[in-house]
Amino acid sequence: MIYNREYETMTRSDLAQLQIERLQTTLNRVYRHVAFYHETFDREGVDLEKVRSLDDLQRLPFTTKEDLRRSYPYGMFAVPLRDIVRLHASSGTTGQPIVVGYTRNDLQHWSEVVARTLSAAGVTEHDVVQIAFQYSLFTGGLGFHYGAERLGAAVIPASSHTNATEQILIMRDYKTSVLVTMPSHALALAAARAALPQQPGDWPLKIGIFGAEPWSEELRRHIEERLHLTAYDSYGLTEIIGPGISGECVHRNGLHVNEDHFIVEVINPLTLAPAAAGAAGELVFTTITKEGFPLVRYRTGDVAALNPAPCACGRTLARMSRVARRTDDLISIRGRKLFPTQLQEMVRASGGLAPQVRVVLSRVAEEDALEIQVAFAEDFGGLDEVRQVEQIRQALTQRIEQAFGLTPRIVFLEYSTLHQSCGAKNLRVVDNRPS
Amino acid sequence: MLRIRNLQAGYGKLRVLRGVSLHVRAGELVTIIGANGAGKTTLLHTVAGLVPAQGGEIEFDGTDLTRVAAHSIVGHGCALVPEGRQVFAVMSVEENLLLGAYTRLARDRTGVRDTLEGVYRLFPVLRERRRQYAGTLSGGEQQMVAIGRARMAQPRLLMLDEPSMGLAPLVVKDIFKTLAGLHAAGVTILLVEQNARAALAIADRGYVMETGAILMEGAARDLLNNNDVQRAYLGKDYQSIGERTLPGAETQRQTR
Repeated sequence: MIYNREYETMTRSDLAQLQIERLQTTLNRVYRHVAFYHETFDREGVDLEKVRSLDDLQRLPFTTKEDLRRSYPYGMFAVPLRDIVRLHASSGTTGQPIVVGYTRNDLQHWSEVVARTLSAAGVTEHDVVQIAFQYSLFTGGLGFHYGAERLGAAVIPASSHTNATEQILIMRDYKTSVLVTMPSHALALAAARAALPQQPGDWPLKIGIFGAEPWSEELRRHIEERLHLTAYDSYGLTEIIGPGISGECVHRNGLHVNEDHFIVEVINPLTLAPAAAGAAGELVFTTITKEGFPLVRYRTGDVAALNPAPCACGRTLARMSRVARRTDDLISIRGRKLFPTQLQEMVRASGGLAPQVRVVLSRVAEEDALEIQVAFAEDFGGLDEVRQVEQIRQALTQRIEQAFGLTPRIVFLEYSTLHQSCGAKNLRVVDNRPS
Repeated sequence: MLRIRNLQAGYGKLRVLRGVSLHVRAGELVTIIGANGAGKTTLLHTVAGLVPAQGGEIEFDGTDLTRVAAHSIVGHGCALVPEGRQVFAVMSVEENLLLGAYTRLARDRTGVRDTLEGVYRLFPVLRERRRQYAGTLSGGEQQMVAIGRARMAQPRLLMLDEPSMGLAPLVVKDIFKTLAGLHAAGVTILLVEQNARAALAIADRGYVMETGAILMEGAARDLLNNNDVQRAYLGKDYQSIGERTLPGAETQRQTR
């Protein structure tokens, strides 16, 4: 289902016209209303009248997370606070939180783009949508809530305050047909469902929309098998709007970016030049309809590739590949580069291990060492044999050696210890190497 | 249908349009709102060829209008209803209307008759007054003549410059009802208006123009909801100031 045919299927040439118009209005507004942009554009000698095409966007300065932190809390707002009707904030787990504000129109547009994401995955007004994202300053809960309501679905604001078993009981009793949450939470729900004393028969659950953390095709298959649903990827970012930036359609061949609201670029994070067509690089977004918190060329740190070809679903909106990693957590060790999510992927593939992974880098005798801390899954019952533990250790070591040419040290921790130190992303990297 | 990119125009050294981009799709009613002197009229005049473009493109159904002489732009299907009506006072209503069809009067007399009939159906009062000098009509009727005259060219795009200007509120209502009717019948309209509320009420989309640049684009209902638009063009704060004085007035009544 295409929620807004007019905009989601417009010709690329019409879209380009709309984008340049909206880009110019956004630039005119941020220059007048946001001191940061006024100063930056003046300092960099940006002549807004010379931004005549989408290619000219490349000559504009970037906005970084650091810029947003420095403007905490309201420095980047483009409207007075009395025009703001909602505030959200980024988690702040990696530093100072970033506060974002929405005007009434921003909320309308946000609901619309989330409704598009849901609709693309096949959600309709007949569905019962259980939102197991936290309802808080975090954009996931309320973002999906408004989108699902806009669509006319029956929304269960389950949030994440209930434990996995309660979520599962709600799911069973309320006849949930669509689950919206983080992929790792979906796994926890699957475990809780498997642990029910009485296995229920057919559940109406058929669609899962997951996001807010990196995940993989392998995890998708795993979740689909265990929860008996079709899983769709969605992408969002608090700074840009929250969920609704992009999402998969039923062809699940990339996430359609709502380009009539967000201009997306892919750059080489090192040279900052545009990445070659179709090549992976850092995603950079410019909001072109936001009133409260507009951003120009915001560097996300998320890595993906872009495909502007039309999709079999009829949408003309470009598709981005799954975001599996970030630019800023690339681990460089003994001349090799790897992403922690790649290690996490291998741990998940090992079987019997919990999804949480802690990666510790240290320097021993002038040489970098890679330590991977893992734990057995809570429901794994084969701990009685030391031999089995050794098998898992060896298999994982071999995988990592084959992939990266590095021999890691595998350390088994108590599940609760590891869980606590890994946070919501199930992943923590500790770099103890002297710089 | 109409795509304008980075349009620059002005009068001598005075730069009025500073890189304006906008579009109108077939069947849309798009309005440009903004204060006096924002450049709205200059924009329409540049599209109509009355003011030369100093930069940028005006693409109308595939033709670059910046390279077309003013007198042939109507022939391309783009007609302007100018501000202040500009009817020819000492000509009859019908002569004024026929003037609008001058590009095809010689070769298509029956077609012109049919179009004239259409205009009379749209504005029956003009049929009654067809022999009257246009100068003797009321402001509202003159506006009908001006719109009718533009319709006579059978344009694919109808551009109107401040059709409400100088008209009584009831007459304004009639004119906007007519525009909404034309839009419903599939006519593509680009409407420049200072009466933002009336214009946004009938438009699909709108642009907000300030000092020669576009500050906002969006669905008409989004613009109506925007607080900046409300403050600047819909007089929202006047109203709330009025409401704030109410409690005081109440107190007065009580003490009396």
